[in-house]
Amino acid sequence: MTLRADLQIIQNWIQPGSRVLDLGCGEGELLHYLQDNRQVRGYGLEIDPDNINACIGKGVNVIEKDLDQDLDNFEDHSFDTVVMTQALQAVHYPDRILEDMLRIGREAILTFPNFGHWRCRLYLGTKGRMPVSEFMPYTWYNTPNIHFCTFKDFEKLCHERSVRILDRLVVDQTHRSSMLSAMWPNLLGEVAIYRVTR
Amino acid sequence: MSRFPADSVGLVSPQRHISTEPLALACGRSLPQYELVYETYGQLNASRSNAVLICHALSGHHHAAGYHSEDDRKPGWWDACIGPGKAIDTNRFFVVSLNNLGGCHGSTGPSSIDPETGKSYGGRFPMIVVEDWVNSQARLADHLGVQCWAAVVGGSLGGMQALQWAIHYPDRLRHCVAIATASKLSAQNIAFNEVARQAIITDPDFHGGDYAAFGVIPKRGLGLARMVGHITYLSDDAMGQKFGRELRSERLNYDISSVEFQVESYLRYQGQEFSERFDANTYLLMTKALDYYDPARAHGDDLAKALAPVTARSLVISFSTDWRFAPARSRELANALLAARKDVSYLEIDAAQGHDAFLLPIPRYIQALSSYMNRIEVDA
Repeated sequence: MTLRADLQIIQNWIQPGSRVLDLGCGEGELLHYLQDNRQVRGYGLEIDPDNINACIGKGVNVIEKDLDQDLDNFEDHSFDTVVMTQALQAVHYPDRILEDMLRIGREAILTFPNFGHWRCRLYLGTKGRMPVSEFMPYTWYNTPNIHFCTFKDFEKLCHERSVRILDRLVVDQTHRSSMLSAMWPNLLGEVAIYRVTR
Repeated sequence: MSRFPADSVGLVSPQRHISTEPLALACGRSLPQYELVYETYGQLNASRSNAVLICHALSGHHHAAGYHSEDDRKPGWWDACIGPGKAIDTNRFFVVSLNNLGGCHGSTGPSSIDPETGKSYGGRFPMIVVEDWVNSQARLADHLGVQCWAAVVGGSLGGMQALQWAIHYPDRLRHCVAIATASKLSAQNIAFNEVARQAIITDPDFHGGDYAAFGVIPKRGLGLARMVGHITYLSDDAMGQKFGRELRSERLNYDISSVEFQVESYLRYQGQEFSERFDANTYLLMTKALDYYDPARAHGDDLAKALAPVTARSLVISFSTDWRFAPARSRELANALLAARKDVSYLEIDAAQGHDAFLLPIPRYIQALSSYMNRIEVDA
């Protein structure tokens, strides 16, 4: 079974046999892979009915839940790793989610698109309009992505909240990393994968 | 050529399991002997690993799918979900559905003959609770040669039985499917049950439950009880859509005794029809069983603790407009399973039909149940 490239990277950061909570788990690919290959006990939170049905069909534990509601139903330190891929920019309170992820889990893994990427800067700088691309195809009024940030913004938030960054991998749209994007991540990186803890 | 739909289990006939071994009950009494009436659909496989138990709700019974005769107009109560190719696929599963003890559809209940007196039990029938039902179902499983259910499935009061199975017989089921249910009733829910019971008990024809001896039935009380219940099974929206303020005749009568609105007429019909086919003592018993169930009570009200023995994977489903068994109650159950570190999935289905939704073919609900059941491994 082949795993989406970013999930391939994430699964390397997850200990075999650990407990994983996946916020916005989509069709449950990551958890399904971890269950079968890493003896992980996982749960996904999802709101889309088709995605939920896909999880059930894969035998992945899935809880219907809106990430904009509180995560109080999850006890402190009840998971080893809490994962959230490509959803940070779509939630109402990204800072609260980050806090919750590190309350519930020992570690958190997050991925999100970099709004500081040179193409975004160029688009906004030259056209004077919100960037629209193949990768971010929405217009400003119908986008689910309401909290775009740059890598620098995210790292500043981590610093303010005493969140330690354990790993950072900056990749392009196809989740490959290059020397250049490693050198100037906030300008050349399109997607970041962070592993953080307290 | 059968006239039944291709995805129907077709003609079915009830079977009987007679137990002469006394059954000790939670109330302290025991049933010296009893009968359970049940139906089965599909074939039990060689490894006996494909059996699914269906637990019925308050007014349910053993006839969950198929037809009793060629002229039968209506199939069993959960025919929407049980049959070849349906969510609970009888091509894969051996499905067992019984009438619970205390029922009025053939299993030993208040209208059965008490062997000690030679007369019907009536008001002397012992209180039967969810735990007792599950114990009697375990004996039925023994009788059928089923050591471990592939799944135990139930809605409403049936969901409580599925949950009780997972807690009390953890090694005897692989999956627990609890639909539109709760681990315990709320005060409001108990209050509705109490109104229903008072309607029956205060009917002059009730005679302390021994109405059979007087050759009468407390029809008015039972009808009223059903009317109250029926209101709580529907959502405000569902009732509004079905009846609105539609009148029975062109103009108002300005008269207390007249049935002015369609909804009144509908409720009266539901109450009357129910009072002619259901037993009042059974109704009392079933509502009491609902009230009593609370597995967390023995664990300092800590549901997660009560769920500690569970090994089955669980699917918990609620419906958005169900206010009798509200989504919040199902979330409590799902959260407790999470806290107890059990495998659980939880779905909240958007449905306008209130509590009744669990019996209806709502596409997303049926699809999810189907996906879940199809995932369950069974030997060929």
